[in-house]
Amino acid sequence: MMETRPIAALQEELIDEFSLFEDWMDKYEHLIELGKSLPLINPEQKTDDKLIKGCQSKVWLQSELEGDKVVFTADSDAIITKGIIAVLIRVFSNQTPESIVNSDTSFIDEIGLKEHLSPTRANGLVSMIKQMKLYAVAYQAQLK
Amino acid sequence: MAFDVQEIRKDFPILHREVNGHPLVYLDNAATSQKPQQVIDTLVHYYSHYNANIHRGVHTLSQEATDAYEMGRKKVQSHFNIAHAEEVIFTSGTTHGINLVAQGFTSFLKKGDEIIVSAMEHHSNIVPWQMLCERTGAQLKVIPIDKNGTLVLSEYEKLLSPATQLVFVNHISNALGTINPIAEIIEKAHGVDAAVLIDGAQSCSHVKPDLQALDCDFYVTSAHKMCGPTGVGILYGKKDWLTKLPPYQGGGEMIKEVTFEKTTYADLPHKFEAGTPNIAGGIGFGAALDYLNNIGFDIIAEYESELLQYATDELLKIEGLTIYGTGPEKTSVISFNIEGIHPYDIGTIVDKLGIAVRTGHHCAQPIMDFYNIPGTVRASFAFYNTLEEVDKLVAAVKKAKMMLG
Repeated sequence: MMETRPIAALQEELIDEFSLFEDWMDKYEHLIELGKSLPLINPEQKTDDKLIKGCQSKVWLQSELEGDKVVFTADSDAIITKGIIAVLIRVFSNQTPESIVNSDTSFIDEIGLKEHLSPTRANGLVSMIKQMKLYAVAYQAQLK
Repeated sequence: MAFDVQEIRKDFPILHREVNGHPLVYLDNAATSQKPQQVIDTLVHYYSHYNANIHRGVHTLSQEATDAYEMGRKKVQSHFNIAHAEEVIFTSGTTHGINLVAQGFTSFLKKGDEIIVSAMEHHSNIVPWQMLCERTGAQLKVIPIDKNGTLVLSEYEKLLSPATQLVFVNHISNALGTINPIAEIIEKAHGVDAAVLIDGAQSCSHVKPDLQALDCDFYVTSAHKMCGPTGVGILYGKKDWLTKLPPYQGGGEMIKEVTFEKTTYADLPHKFEAGTPNIAGGIGFGAALDYLNNIGFDIIAEYESELLQYATDELLKIEGLTIYGTGPEKTSVISFNIEGIHPYDIGTIVDKLGIAVRTGHHCAQPIMDFYNIPGTVRASFAFYNTLEEVDKLVAAVKKAKMMLG
């Protein structure tokens, strides 16, 4: 089992990491790099039951329970969406269901990427976060 | 009069704001147009000087508001060369007009009847007909498009038959900018005695249709795409059709006499205008038509085609860029993708540079499925855009390509 740090610490780390970039271009270039480094979901595993359809971009999300931790894997057809996914996965994957359920995503605002979590963007991210929490709730019940 | 775009731009206060630290480059005109000061002033003047309910008060304000609203209707009538003012029904917009006709046709259709629509319609244009088919047992037939994004008219002719009751096409496609040969489509439909409804939402800001010459039975559009306010549009219908068509909504304004036994409906156009209408909207629509006609549609069309040509040439210089909708007849809309890059990513980066474009499937998923793409980036130009703004778009797209490629 991989050593994991608490969600709050990971969020702080991301805020620090992104604060190094002075202009938006560097920040987005970093985000794009994160998106590219995200482990891919095999095309054959990109089935409709894992698909979260946004108007703008598609998101695939799968989850597994390993021990008492939830492991998320996700993908998107748009690279900036994928970058945000990478950020979310870094924080929420490999955590206990309880800590996922009790967490929030306000750190995204602090990073300066809030606009991507706006429902009007219709990029699938808002639904993806909701889905992550739903999985966590389900695993929580399973572990009891 | 020589066309001076810099003078025109002075009329549009919004064009002088900044977005993300850059001067706004507004290239989402197919979604909605910006409003000139003249239209904004008209709305402010209405609300600050003569706001009142119309068609029912004897007091001066009500009279003034009624006159101004009815003047808006007359301006619409004259702009579209409509025979009678009562053939102009004010609606909340294009979608409302389409639903009004679709609902009205419920009583005219039976099982075995057919409705023809085109494959390049906006979602809002497909759903009301599907619902109408479900209600009546009629069948929906679709005119296909070819690779250039042009309707295949030979297929259309094959679809027409005595069973065809209604043909519905947009004048110009919102996703591709293709101009459809509506005169020919209308004439052929009338050959089998089918009625034709034309959606002018995308065309009215670029061309001035002569509805009597076109001979269409119904025509719908929205004011907000032609420099007017949101929430108002028109349904034009030939008098015979509007007389036959049952009322859509019940309420005030649309009745003549009401007892608990029976209600008689008001005459046209009030039969279809239940409740207090969008008074400011009707007045503002008139002001927008005045504004556009003052510039002149020939001048607008000529200038926009210059913008389109320049933007097409410059964008195509970008390696890997494909334009969708390349038919010979199109308006100043460019839908494109860059190989290997998602439209959402391009839209996000160019927004950071102050450029407003639309990304996604533009509510025209069947077209996207046809091309097998998730969506496109759509830049749509208006007469207040400049060649320099085209250069900014091209530079921004290049930057996005560099970052994302």
